[in-house]
Amino acid sequence: MSLVNFAAREITCKIVYYGPGRSGKTTNLQYIFGRVPESRRGRMVSLATHTDRTLFFDFLPLDLGSISGFATKFQLYTVPGQSYYASTRRLVLQGADGVVFVADSQARRLDDNVESLQDMQANLLEQGVDVRQLPVVFQYNKQDLPGDLILTQAELDDALNFRAVPSLAADALHGGGVFETLKAISESVLRRLAAGGPVG
Amino acid sequence: MTPPLNPYFRFDTMVVGTANRLAVTAARAVAETPGAVYNPLFVYAKPGLGKTHLLMAIGHGAKAIDPAITVEYLTLDHFIEAFHAAIASGQGEAYRKRFADVALLLVDDVQFLSGQRETQAELLRIVDAMQTASRQIVLTSDRPPSEIEALDERLIRRFAGGLVIDISPPDYETKVAILRRKAEERRVTLAPGVLEAVARLGLDNVRELVGALNRLIAHQAAGDEVPADRVEAVLGGGAAAPVPAPAAAGEPAGASRPAEAAAPPADEFGDFLSEISATLHQQIEAWRGKVAAAILRWEGEGYRTARLEALLEGELARDPEEALREFEADVRKLDVLRTEAERAAPDLAGSPVFRDPANVAAAEELLEQAREGAHPPPAPSPLWRLDAVVETAGNRVAVQAAQAVLAEPGEKYNPLVLVGGSGVGKTHLLHGIGNALAGRGLRVACLGTEEFTSELIEAIDRDAVAQWRKRYRRADALLLDDVHLVAEKSRSQDELFLLFNHFLEHGRQMVFTSAVALPQLGGVESRLLTRLEGGLVAELPPPDREIRQRVADRLLTEKVPEVDPEVAAYIAGRPAESVRAVQGLVQRVLVAAETQQAKVTAALARAVLEGAPARPARRPSAPRSSGLVAPGNGGVRSREKMVWDWPGIGERLIEEWR
Repeated sequence: MSLVNFAAREITCKIVYYGPGRSGKTTNLQYIFGRVPESRRGRMVSLATHTDRTLFFDFLPLDLGSISGFATKFQLYTVPGQSYYASTRRLVLQGADGVVFVADSQARRLDDNVESLQDMQANLLEQGVDVRQLPVVFQYNKQDLPGDLILTQAELDDALNFRAVPSLAADALHGGGVFETLKAISESVLRRLAAGGPVG
Repeated sequence: MTPPLNPYFRFDTMVVGTANRLAVTAARAVAETPGAVYNPLFVYAKPGLGKTHLLMAIGHGAKAIDPAITVEYLTLDHFIEAFHAAIASGQGEAYRKRFADVALLLVDDVQFLSGQRETQAELLRIVDAMQTASRQIVLTSDRPPSEIEALDERLIRRFAGGLVIDISPPDYETKVAILRRKAEERRVTLAPGVLEAVARLGLDNVRELVGALNRLIAHQAAGDEVPADRVEAVLGGGAAAPVPAPAAAGEPAGASRPAEAAAPPADEFGDFLSEISATLHQQIEAWRGKVAAAILRWEGEGYRTARLEALLEGELARDPEEALREFEADVRKLDVLRTEAERAAPDLAGSPVFRDPANVAAAEELLEQAREGAHPPPAPSPLWRLDAVVETAGNRVAVQAAQAVLAEPGEKYNPLVLVGGSGVGKTHLLHGIGNALAGRGLRVACLGTEEFTSELIEAIDRDAVAQWRKRYRRADALLLDDVHLVAEKSRSQDELFLLFNHFLEHGRQMVFTSAVALPQLGGVESRLLTRLEGGLVAELPPPDREIRQRVADRLLTEKVPEVDPEVAAYIAGRPAESVRAVQGLVQRVLVAAETQQAKVTAALARAVLEGAPARPARRPSAPRSSGLVAPGNGGVRSREKMVWDWPGIGERLIEEWR
């Protein structure tokens, strides 16, 4: 991973929010956007291909300033959830340092979650990324919905999180769990910097 | 398996206050004289008060005093894990022995002993063994021994028998001192009074204290300096609202985990930023720690680590992992060079050049010099001196050419090729020239062609042709005997051709001898042959009577000071194709005289060489008055033609005669 540039003293983290359509990825980014001081964030943008077709994904750059002497930047992306944007998803996923999988907690969306997770793994595999090595965090969104409509965190863990990576309950619309998720994935990514294992 | 000591955790990086003064003093005493005082030393304290720091400081302290001391640090987790693994693989005994050589054993977090009966028994055994052998053991725990649940009574007594000491939470002054030191380490300046305000917050755990400082630093990095009176507000009530930990799995035990807040805190981004800052700082510290550990390690092994130290001073201006890998690769390279240099010149073993990975080139150069010193090209044999060469009309051209070569090496006759049959004195002349040149301080390579070829083959075999070439190229003169033997050896011819050009180009003298006249020399490439012919070809004819007489005379007078000149005259009169044959004749006469204890006279010589009535020295069974012997097959030969001594007969026997 070319996460750290020692010569330029820069750390850049690319974090991708993945998940089925309408699970709340963009909501996550919008909430973060709203909470970050203006001086620290870039514009939330969408990018276009050379054929001028808009690629439907969000991009939010965050400038965390100088931390321990390193200019630290985070780039947050979402992928379009709808199944027909497969190529865009692959494009966005390229070079990701960490992935947040935003699952829709509603019981009726379970199959969509599973499908999207399989799609993510297939895309990573295609890019030669070892899923076991890439930092991944699960966010079970919409936990604020009535209990009879949604699955609990434990049930979703059973269904999706078979590698037992960190998972968090969230209510992105109201901001619950959004920053916790961002923290969790950031820590996972940063801890991989000295992957050789910390001393002591 | 055993975690290394964190290089940061030393006595000098520990802030000492009233709360931990006693513990630090005891720890210092233990580090200075392990096994002599307070054995075992048991330190307990609440989490985050510096137990591990103190434990590792003891290790560093002891190592600083005696670098050879064996220190082992492990957490009880490691201890248990290794113990279980050892038992599972039937290596329980080996596990016990593992601690037999440890002079200072540091065990962290022994509170986890509760309920571990097997491990307790094992630890008891180790404590007893170490105490008996006056070896030191230090343990830490978050509670006193008596409060560790279900801890073996005997262990409690053992611990009590040493020193059990606690570290209490730091007082206000110590907290300020700790905060100051941490802020200095991070190179941050906070507004006056801020550190004091943090210290007043009521955070007892040093880790929490540092966490609070991290958040302030993050706020400051974000652009808003926090004045002292806003510290409490920024930190959200201080102790009451600890820094929220991420809900990530794998967090170290002991970190508090807040329940999900119903309402999001006011400054979520600020929180996030301070968390990230702390994590990143940890990572960078981990790198620095790694580099520092590497420095300690390589320094311990005697290598210069300036390069790594520069990395630390330069604030990690490049990838430390990569730098460490490169450093290690250079150390390996130095090891290889040193091993080879040791073989070439044992006195080089301790050279500091082989300990500086920053300057591998110097080590390579030194090795090159060692190789040169250890394997100079073969020198001329001191037996053959030029002044012993007898100059006569027959060999005058060759001898004078040799003189000319000595007068202007590499200038006049280059190469000089001496041609003549076997035993006419080519080799003598060649080595004579070599010795004379060497006497002037020139590096002379003087050897036979066969040796030249076999060295080349060996170099090819060792994949060291380049070095072999260099070795000859360094010589100032190349003297090659029997160059005709290079025939049909194309690789030798190639190498000789290259050398030839090198020597010619640099105006260095070459002398060759050949038993075959150059035009008759088959199997040699014309490019080499024409080059040999391009110098001076001087012939050495078979010895004439004059040479024979002078050689015989010289050899005789060397052995028998007052010899009848007639003897030499007689010997010179005998047929001999080469100087070597003349030497043989003289030798036989001398041996006969010695065995018969007779004087060396012409009569004796005649008797020996032509057959005399007197008993011959070595063949008492074959006397013939005519001087002729009649071999069994009826042929008649002069005894002079008989071979008296078979050289190395053992090698010539093909089949044993039964």
